[in-house]
Formats: sequence, C-alpha cells, structure tokens
Amino acid sequence: MEDFFRELAADAPRWNFIWMYDDRQQGKVLSGLWMTIKLSALCLVFSVLIGLVGAWMQGARSAGVRAVVQGYIQFFRNTPPLVQLLFFYFALGQFTPVMTGDDGWTVEPVISNVGWAIISLSFFAGAFNVEIFRAGIEAVPESMVEASESLGFSRLQSYIYVVLPLAFRVCLPALNNNLINLVKTTTQAYAIAVPELLYHSVSIWNDYPSAQYPTMLMLFTAYIVLVAILVFGMTRWERAMKIPGYGV
Amino acid sequence: MTWTADQPIVSIQDVHKSFGDLEVLKGVSLQVMKGEVICIIGPSGSGKSTLIRCVNGLNDIQSGSITVLGQEVHDPKLDKLELRKKVGMVFQQYNLFPHKTALENVMMAPVLVLKQNKREVEGRARALMAKVRLHGKEGSYPGELSGGQQQRVAIARSLAMNPDVMLFDEVTAALDPETVKEVLVTIRELAEEGMTCILVTHEMGFAREVADHIYFTDRGVIVEHGPPATFFEEASDPRTREFLSQIL
Ligand SMILES: Nc1ncnc2c1ncn2[C@@H]1O[C@H](COP(=O)(O)OP(=O)(O)OP(=O)(O)O)[C@@H](O)[C@H]1O
Ligand SMILES: [Mg+2]
Repeated sequence: MEDFFRELAADAPRWNFIWMYDDRQQGKVLSGLWMTIKLSALCLVFSVLIGLVGAWMQGARSAGVRAVVQGYIQFFRNTPPLVQLLFFYFALGQFTPVMTGDDGWTVEPVISNVGWAIISLSFFAGAFNVEIFRAGIEAVPESMVEASESLGFSRLQSYIYVVLPLAFRVCLPALNNNLINLVKTTTQAYAIAVPELLYHSVSIWNDYPSAQYPTMLMLFTAYIVLVAILVFGMTRWERAMKIPGYGV
Repeated sequence: MTWTADQPIVSIQDVHKSFGDLEVLKGVSLQVMKGEVICIIGPSGSGKSTLIRCVNGLNDIQSGSITVLGQEVHDPKLDKLELRKKVGMVFQQYNLFPHKTALENVMMAPVLVLKQNKREVEGRARALMAKVRLHGKEGSYPGELSGGQQQRVAIARSLAMNPDVMLFDEVTAALDPETVKEVLVTIRELAEEGMTCILVTHEMGFAREVADHIYFTDRGVIVEHGPPATFFEEASDPRTREFLSQIL
C-alpha cells in the first residue's frame, strides 16, 4: 500500500498522496481530523443548548429579555462567521485574563484560539438554532400548553416536558441543515490558526505542493464522511422519536 | 378565610370579562356546592367556555370574584399551582400529550407537579385507567386511540391529581354519537361518587339526568337557571324556550 503511493508520487508528480506513506504528514491529517471532530461535536452541543435557552428566553414576559435575544440573533445571523471568529479572537481575546505557565514566565490566555473558535461558532450556529426552535415551538398548539398548565405544570415544566419534545420533532429537518452547515463552517477556524483539518491540510500542501490535489480530495472526502455520519445519526434519532399515530 | 362544606365550593360573583372591546361575560354569578353537578347550556359564543376557563385561571377577569374552596382565583398573589391541584379540566379536543402513552399521560402531573413517588403513582394511574374502562390501553399513544378513548384518558389524567372540582368543556362535542355514550357513562359515575362537576354540554338528555342545576347562558349573562325538572318544563324566558325548542 505505502509502496504503491510512493511509486505513484514518483510517476505522477501532481498526485503525491504523501500522508499515505509519510508518518509525520499522516499524523497531521489525523490530528487535524480529530480536532475537527472535537470542534464540531462541542459546537453542535453548545449551539443546540444556546438554541434551546434562547427560544425559551424569547417566550419571556420581559420585553428587555426578548430584545436581547433578538439583538443576538440579528448580529450573529447577519454578519459573516469568519469576521465573528476574527473579532472574538483578536478583539475580545485581548481583554481576557492570562495565566502564567508552569515555568513561571510564559503567559497563556485563559481562552485559547480553540476556545474562541468553539465560543464563536457555537454562538453563530446557536443564533440559527434559536430561530429554528422558535418555529418548532410556534407549531405546537396553544392547547397543549393549556392542558399542561391546567394540570399544574410550571412554565418551565411545560416547556421541557411538553412543548420541546413536540417542537423538536417539527424542527429536526431544519436543525439537521444547520448542524451540517456548522460542521462545514468549522473550517473557518483555520483563520485563527486552530489546528483542524483544513489548517493541517494547507500546511501539508505548502510544504509539499505535489500533495495539493490529493489533499484537497482528502478534504472533500473527509467532510462528506463526517456529514454522512451526522446525517445518519440524526435520521436514526428522528426515527426513534417517531410517535405512533402522530403526524410529525 | 377557611372554607367549610356549607359554603359553595365554587362561587362566581358578578364576573365581567372582555377580550379587547368584546365583552363576553357581563356579570355572571353562580354557586356550586360540594358534590353538586351543574350544567351550563347555551348557544355558541355565549361565553360558556370562557366562564369555565376563568374558574381555573386559564382566562383572567376584569371584575367580580371567583373563589374555589374559599380561595380567590384571580388574586394576583395566588399560587396557580395550588388552584390547579383543586380544579381538574377536560377539554373538547382531549389535548392529550401525543408523545406520551396513555399511562404516561395520566402519571405525568402527579409525578412532576406533586412530586409523588413514581411507583405509587403508576399503581393509581393503572387503577384510573381501569376505572375509565381502558384496561389494556395503558401503552397506547393517543394517536392510536379513538376519540372516546382519548377523552376517557383525559378524564383519568385530570382525576390523577385528585381534584376537588372537575370542569368539562363540551367534552363530547367532537365525538360521534356512539362514543359519546361511553364518555358520558364515565362522567355519570364520577358524579355519582360525589365529584363536584361543572359541565358545559349540548347533551340535554344527559344534563337532565345528572345535573342538580342547569344554567342557561346567552350573550354573556345567565338568562335562567333551575333544577332540571323545572328548568326543562317551565323555562319562561323566550330565549331559553327558543334554544330548547331547537335542540330538543
Ligand atoms: N382568546 C379569545 N380572544 C378573543 N375573543 C375570544 C377569545 N376566546 C373567546 N372569544 C370570544 O368570546 C366569545 C365567547 O366565546 P366562548 O368560547 O366562551 O363561547 P362558547 O359559549 O363556549 O361557544 P361554543 O358553544 O361555540 O363553544 C366568542 O364571541 C368568542 O369569539
Ligand atoms: Mg365553548
């Protein structure tokens, strides 16, 4: 196998699958892939949580709270995620405290570039999730809330046990789309040097221009597979949540 | 003020209620003693639903007073939960939680709201399912049940909270004549066991049979009321006469 790719690289200079036989480059690909997976998974979880909390806050009695959520959505939805990343990292990053390292003289920010990427991307995707969940919540008939209220549920209990489970089923397809987008958007963390898959890929083809095509091919394949796994999981979940005798 | 059994369990005094400019209740008063069954009849849009929704605080009122077991329902300081433990409500459209099985529907409120032991609640819920003649349907989802069966689950769900008063808002109006009977049988049994019931219904035969007192509403006022025997035979108001002649 390794020999095959070594020979291919010798025969066809543009098709140097270097990470198939060079351990150092392979390590880069794998660690990049792992970072992309971690980044995606964490942003996925946080963005969904942000969506749930935001949608809850949108139903708040206080107009101030609703305005804050609305402002948040407008900002994150209407500005480019790349600019958000740069802003979080460079502008806000300046103001975060630093820790002194073990050696006593190096300083490191409390929130690393990876941390900022997670925060920024989660808020970005979270803004869309708030809207998605809100649409789902609006599709839940008011009579469900009345029924739960008549049984003595608090607003929060009725949200958690009745409204959300029903809303979730309505908005899964839209949520799916947004989460797929999120996985792809993690590549933008490249801009603040988060060592994810794109970052390492670029560094590989900068060192070995002959590996450019194969590495791009690998990138496409990797994202297709990652998204496929996500979609597979979501579809299984959707099926598991199907209610017998109920429309959605 | 502590309530004693010689006082009305539900007391409605000169209640006014408007939706915007539309005055729906124009000074309604009625009293229900413990163990009594009262039926509210009247043309569509006369405010029957609005009235009973005011009793459990689903609608607010502009003026007047509603007390349940001596407690003012529209006291802003009132703990809504306390009220809802006392008053059960069954809706025309059943309003079961579609993502929960019949048994779970019955168990939810006692477990979540009253924080009762799950085991013990389950035993009680199964007994209630049997009481409404749905033994064997515990694991079915609402979507898998007929309208009449769903409505009986809804009754069991309200009963699980051990309410002092039950409100029924045209609970048979969405059912076909065959299934109406099974639901009415359940309600009659409740009435015979001494449950205080306030029913809005178009089933005159049923009202005549189970009600202790009948109220006829039209355009937001109680036009006429009396025990069924006298009410049906001797109603004097022309509006009542006309309504009865159309329906009987
Ligand atoms: N939430 C609301 N907002 C505005 N108007 C309302 C609302 N609920 C009810 N109404 C109006 O109040 C009036 C009384 O309605 P209500 O539902 O109490 O009548 P009803 O006697 O129960 O009629 P039906 O027999 O058709 O159920 C109607 O004119 C209705 O349009
Ligand atoms: Mg009505």
